[in-house]
Formats: sequence, structure tokens, C-alpha cells
Amino acid sequence: MNDMTHKGLGLATQTAKISASGVQVHYGTNHALKDVDVTILDRTVTAFIGPSGCGKSTFLRCLNRMNDTVASCRVSGQILLEGEDIYDRRVDPVQLRAKVGMVFQKPNPFPKSIYDNVAYGPKIHGMTRNKAELDAIVEASLRKAALWGEVKDRLDATGTGLSGGQQQRLCIARAIATSPEVLLMDEPCSALDPIATAQVEELIDELRHQFSVVIVTHSMQQAARVSQKTAFFHLGNLVEFGETGDIFTNPKDPRTEAYITGRIG
Amino acid sequence: MSVFLLLVVIAVLSVAGYVLCRQRALKSVDGNIRRLHSLPGYYGWFGFILASVPALLALALWLIIQPIVIERQLSGFFPAEMVEDPSARTLLFADVRRVAAGLDAAVAQGAMTEDEAEQVRTDAGSVRDRLAAVGVALGAEVTPEVLAAAQEYREMARVGVIGRAILTLILSVAGLVFAIRATGPDFRARNRVEQVVLALLILSSTIAILTTVGIVLSMLTESLRFFTMYPAADFFFNLTWSPNFRGNSELGLIPLLWGTLYISLISMLVSVPIGLFAAIYLAEYASNRVRSVVKPLIEVIAGIPTVVFGLFALVTVGPFLRDYFAQPFGFGNSGSSVMTAGIVIGILNIPFISSLADDIINAVPQSMRDGSLGLGATKSETIKKVVLPAALPGIMGAVLMAASRAIGETMIVTMGAGAAARLDLNPFEAMTTITVKIVSQLTGDTEFNSPETLVAFALGMSLFVITLGLNILALWIVRKYREQYE
Ligand SMILES: Nc1ncnc2c1ncn2[C@@H]1O[C@H](COP(=O)(O)OP(=O)(O)OP(=O)(O)O)[C@@H](O)[C@H]1O
Ligand SMILES: [Mg+2]
Repeated sequence: MNDMTHKGLGLATQTAKISASGVQVHYGTNHALKDVDVTILDRTVTAFIGPSGCGKSTFLRCLNRMNDTVASCRVSGQILLEGEDIYDRRVDPVQLRAKVGMVFQKPNPFPKSIYDNVAYGPKIHGMTRNKAELDAIVEASLRKAALWGEVKDRLDATGTGLSGGQQQRLCIARAIATSPEVLLMDEPCSALDPIATAQVEELIDELRHQFSVVIVTHSMQQAARVSQKTAFFHLGNLVEFGETGDIFTNPKDPRTEAYITGRIG
Repeated sequence: MSVFLLLVVIAVLSVAGYVLCRQRALKSVDGNIRRLHSLPGYYGWFGFILASVPALLALALWLIIQPIVIERQLSGFFPAEMVEDPSARTLLFADVRRVAAGLDAAVAQGAMTEDEAEQVRTDAGSVRDRLAAVGVALGAEVTPEVLAAAQEYREMARVGVIGRAILTLILSVAGLVFAIRATGPDFRARNRVEQVVLALLILSSTIAILTTVGIVLSMLTESLRFFTMYPAADFFFNLTWSPNFRGNSELGLIPLLWGTLYISLISMLVSVPIGLFAAIYLAEYASNRVRSVVKPLIEVIAGIPTVVFGLFALVTVGPFLRDYFAQPFGFGNSGSSVMTAGIVIGILNIPFISSLADDIINAVPQSMRDGSLGLGATKSETIKKVVLPAALPGIMGAVLMAASRAIGETMIVTMGAGAAARLDLNPFEAMTTITVKIVSQLTGDTEFNSPETLVAFALGMSLFVITLGLNILALWIVRKYREQYE
């Protein structure tokens, strides 16, 4: 385990997993994202911060082509996943999304049992050969998402019957059950108490050894705690992108400084 | 005063109530609305309601009760044996009313004076001829009793008209005065008006329930009468349906029930898959352009009267099935068949199912689909595993409603499946359903006193129980699963 950690950290600053350049997004006539360049490194946690409505979720949804489901949305520019343009005609968005998983801003558990919610991804991707393996994945995912203790006795209860914070963790468990290479998390802790938040942050730190994680958050402390890279968005522009430490201690742009010291947002 | 005139006066008083109460409320606080308990409009509406609702209720009650009272009074004019039988009694009083109306018409046209109309007697020449002269045709000569009763009827009706006008106007004015006096800054007009609105809502739902109860009760009494004449066990378990108006009928429900269920089953086999697939295509795959064209086109089918579908069954589907399926494969050579009616009812139900299911599928939140797609599911996996299960309760409800429509369909069965009651498995045979037999047992006969006609009510009751059961099942399913994705 320790060994792997070192290897992971060793690679962290080198390979680019996703590189986006010149990304523009329009919703109808609303120009929501203007010329964004971001590089997501392998085995690194990248945090997106910025005031509400600045386009964080929009950019996140570009990275696994979830914006395809929004009829009015137009994306231009280039996004490469391991050197391959994900908006290329030959790329199957379904396969892309299996590799780039997502936890949505609003918890959206399926109206199925807790077990079936988590087992959904592994089942459609045929990741297991028998029920025992599936059970193991479900349990491991729920444990990682810090939900196992609360639901282990009622895996047959419906997922929609959980509390808001439990639903959020269920969606995290559901997303990590498919073992994506990149995990996009849109405000995964917005409804969690401090203890569950700490557990999810621990999970993110652990995931970093295998995956890249992108997290959108409104908490500066959280961004500072869990991420190595931070991108600050403002009104659809990427204002500043760099080492988390630099952004928080030595911001270059006055807008960044104003935001992290609490003067805009 | 005619009822119409009364309504006009009540309307005027109500509007006056609105205006006066509103003004008084405003004046009581010198135009400073904030000191009023409610917005000025509420005071106005309170005046409007008090001036109209009690008066209208009294008027409605009066209109219902007056004929009953008059009829009771007039019974004294006739020997007891004439008014004992309910149907004879109804006819008798219809005569009385017609003669009274004739006298009214005669006076109105100047053919008789008011005195004459009150005094005229049958021994002074034929009343029938005199009324015929003013355009009131009577079937038989007017008997002295009927004439006397008609004259008394006119008298009582005249008193009734005056009484009802006085009562309603007093109530309206009293309500108006009360509302004006109640109006003041502290009066809680808003709460009062809301109470009245609540009462109206309760009244409406009560009416809906009471009508259902009334329908059931009337069917039930007639059915019970049937069962006193014909053994219930025979009705429910006899395998033959052969009514015979000279007696000795065999009135077994089973062949009809079988035909009903068989035809419904075939229609559901046609309509459920096609309707559902159409709905899935429209809701999930079709572009907005396609959708805006195809959806109305499918729904056009729903607007076609069922008798037109019946014609289609009769001249197109029936002969087609007979010539290309039944005859070549040796299933018989009947033009009307269970298959014909089933298929055509199925077509009738396609838009019903597809349009309901389309709405239900659209109501599944987009976030469900996003969740599934975000895990790397394909569109069709998402539909199969997430959207349809989430929509299932609603879809089940739609399917069961379509089933009750199929069970209750009459016209298409008459024209497509024929009228022969038969217990058979061959879908290319003519069979018939409960609804068709209800119609055929009742046509051409208005005397409900033989088992052959009364059986229609027992059939109707059975049909009602079946469809009610289906609808309750549908409601139960929908309710049980509804909360799931909220
Ligand atoms: N589905 C959509 N259709 C149209 N416009 C949209 C849609 N989603 C987002 N937008 C617009 O795009 C802009 C950016 O929205 P986005 O959701 O990316 O903000 P955000 O940074 O995630 O904000 P928050 O922190 O509040 O979640 C907003 O102006 C929003 O109105
Ligand atoms: Mg967002």
C-alpha cells in the first residue's frame, strides 16, 4: 500500500490525463464558458472553485460529454483524454462516461433499492462473474463512501428514501463502483455533516492513488485540504489555474484574491 | 315572476352586494387599506356570496320540492286504485300537466279568458277540441278528474310562483343587508370567503360521489328484482345464453363474460406493445420536429367516433381476416370474429395508451437519465433499466384504464364480433360481449318486468363490478408506487 502511494505521488506531476484547450460553451445565446484551458493530471485531485453560476458544473459536464443531453448546449474547442479528442465522431460517449464517472450536484439516486443503485454500473458493464463478486463491490463502494454502516441492514430499502446527505453518499458509492479512471464530483459534500465530509475527503485522497479526481466545491478549506491543483472560474472565464498552495497563498489575479478572501462571490 | 327573471334580480342584488360591501369597507377605514383585516375585494365577494348563495339554494330546493308537494295534493282528485301503480301514476300526472299547460296556452292566446279556464267543465263541450284549436294536441278525451286536477294544478302553481319569488328575494335582500352590516375593519372577510369556497369544493366532490352511489343503487335494485325472478346461481354459472321472450330463457353470464374477456385480451395484446413502443419512441428518441408532427397524428385516432371503427371492422378487417387467415387455415368462415373486434379495439386504444405513457415517461426527471448515462449506460439501457421502471406504476395505470375501455366497448363489438353468444376458443369465431347483450336485451322494449329485460341490469352490474375492480387496482398500483421518485 505504502509502496503504491509513493508510486502514485511520483507520477502525479507528470502525465496529463485530460487536457482541455479553448473550450467554449453556449446554452442557446448564453455564453456560459469562455475559452477555458485546463490540464487535469493523472492521479491528482483538481479543485474547481468560483462563485455560483460561473460555469464550474458546465465545464465538469463537458469532460464526460454529459452536456450532450442538453439540447440547447453547444461545445467547441478541444478536450483530449489521454491524447484522444473526446468530441471526435469516433468516440462513443457511452464508453467515455464509463471511464470518466460523475457525481452530480443534485443527488439523483434511482428509485431502486440501495443495493441495485450501487450494483447498476457493475451490472451494465459486466464487471462481475457472480453474485458474490457483485456483493463485494457493493459493500466496498458503500464503505468507501462512508455509508455502509448506516445502510448495511437495509440494502433492499429504496435509495430515494434516504436522507439528502445519505443520497449524496449513495451517488458517490454508485459512481466509484464502476472504477472510473477519472471521477468528476460536483459539490459532493454540500449536504454532509463534518464527519461525513471528512470521510468523503479521506475517500478522495485514497482515490487519488488510482484515479484522477476533479471536485467542485464552495469551501476554500476543502479545496485547500484535498486538492493539489486548483482552478478559479469567474463569470465563465478561467481566471487562474495552478498549484493549490500557490492559489491560496499567492494568487496572481486580483479577482482570485478577492474571492478567496471573501470579497466577491 | 319567471325563474329567469328571478335569477336576473338575484344577480343584480349580488353585484350590488359586491359594490356596497367593498365601498363600506373602504369607507370604514377612510381608504387606508392596511387597516382592513382583508383586501377590499374580499369584503365585496362576501357581500356577493351572501346575496346570491342562500337565495339560489332556496330557489333550487323550491323547484325540486314544489312538484312533489303538488303531486301529493292532487292525488286526492283520483280514486285510490288509479294512483297506486307508479307507472300509471306517472302517466296520469303527465296528462294533468299537459292539460294545465294547454289551458295556459289557451289563455295566453286569448282563446279563453282566465275565468273560463278556471271554470270550464267537460260537460260544456269537448275540452280536447278547444285545446286542439290553440295547438295543444291531447291523445285522449279529457276526463272530468283530470280537468279538475289540472285546474287545481294551475292554481297551486300560481301560488308557488309567488311564494318562491317572495322567499328568494327576501333571502337575497336579507343576506345583502347582513353582509353590509357585518362589514368593518375587524371583520374577517377573507376567512369567510375561503370557507365558502371550501364548502363549494366539498359540494362538488360530494356530487361526484353521490352520482356514482345513485347509479350503483339504481342498478342494484333492478338487479335484485331480476334475481327474484331468475335464480342467481343460473345467471352466474349457466354456460348457455339463449333468451326467449316467451319464457324458458337461459340467461348464463359465462359465455358473455368469456367473449368480453377474450376480445379485451386480444385488444390489449395489440394496443399495449404498440402504444408503449410509440410512447417510448416519442418521449425518448424523436426529435422535437418529428414529435410535433407524429404525436397529433396518433392522437387523431382518438378523435374518431367508435362507430367509424366499427365500420372499419365490418368492411375491412373482418373480411380480410376471413379471406386470408380463417378460411385458408381452416378456422371457419365467419366475417365477424373475436379477432376482428379485438384488433380494432386495440387500434382504438393505441393513442390512449401512447399518449398517457408518453406523459408519464416525460414526467420521469431528467436527473434519473443523467445518473444512468453518467455511469456509462447506453440510451436503451437507461430506458429499460431506469426510465421504464420509474414510470411503471403510471404505465400500469394507463394499461388498466385501457382495459376497462376495451371491456366497456360496444359499437365495435356489435359490428366486428357479431351478436352470437358462444363459448369457444377459436378467435376466428363470432362471439359477443356483455355490453352488446345489454343493448340488445333492452331495444324495442320499455317494460322492465320480465327476466329477459331485467337481466340487462344484472349484466350491467357485473360489468360495473369488473371495470370498478380494474380501476381500483389501477389506482392502488399508481398510489402504491407514486412516491418513489419524488
Ligand atoms: N441546462 C442549462 N440550460 C441553460 N443554461 C444553463 C444550463 N445549465 C447551466 N446554465 C447556465 O450556465 C451558466 C453556468 O452554470 P453552471 O451550472 O455551470 O454554474 P456553477 O458554476 O456550477 O454554479 P453553482 O455553483 O451554483 O452550481 C449559468 O449562467 C447558467 O444559467
Ligand atoms: Mg454547479
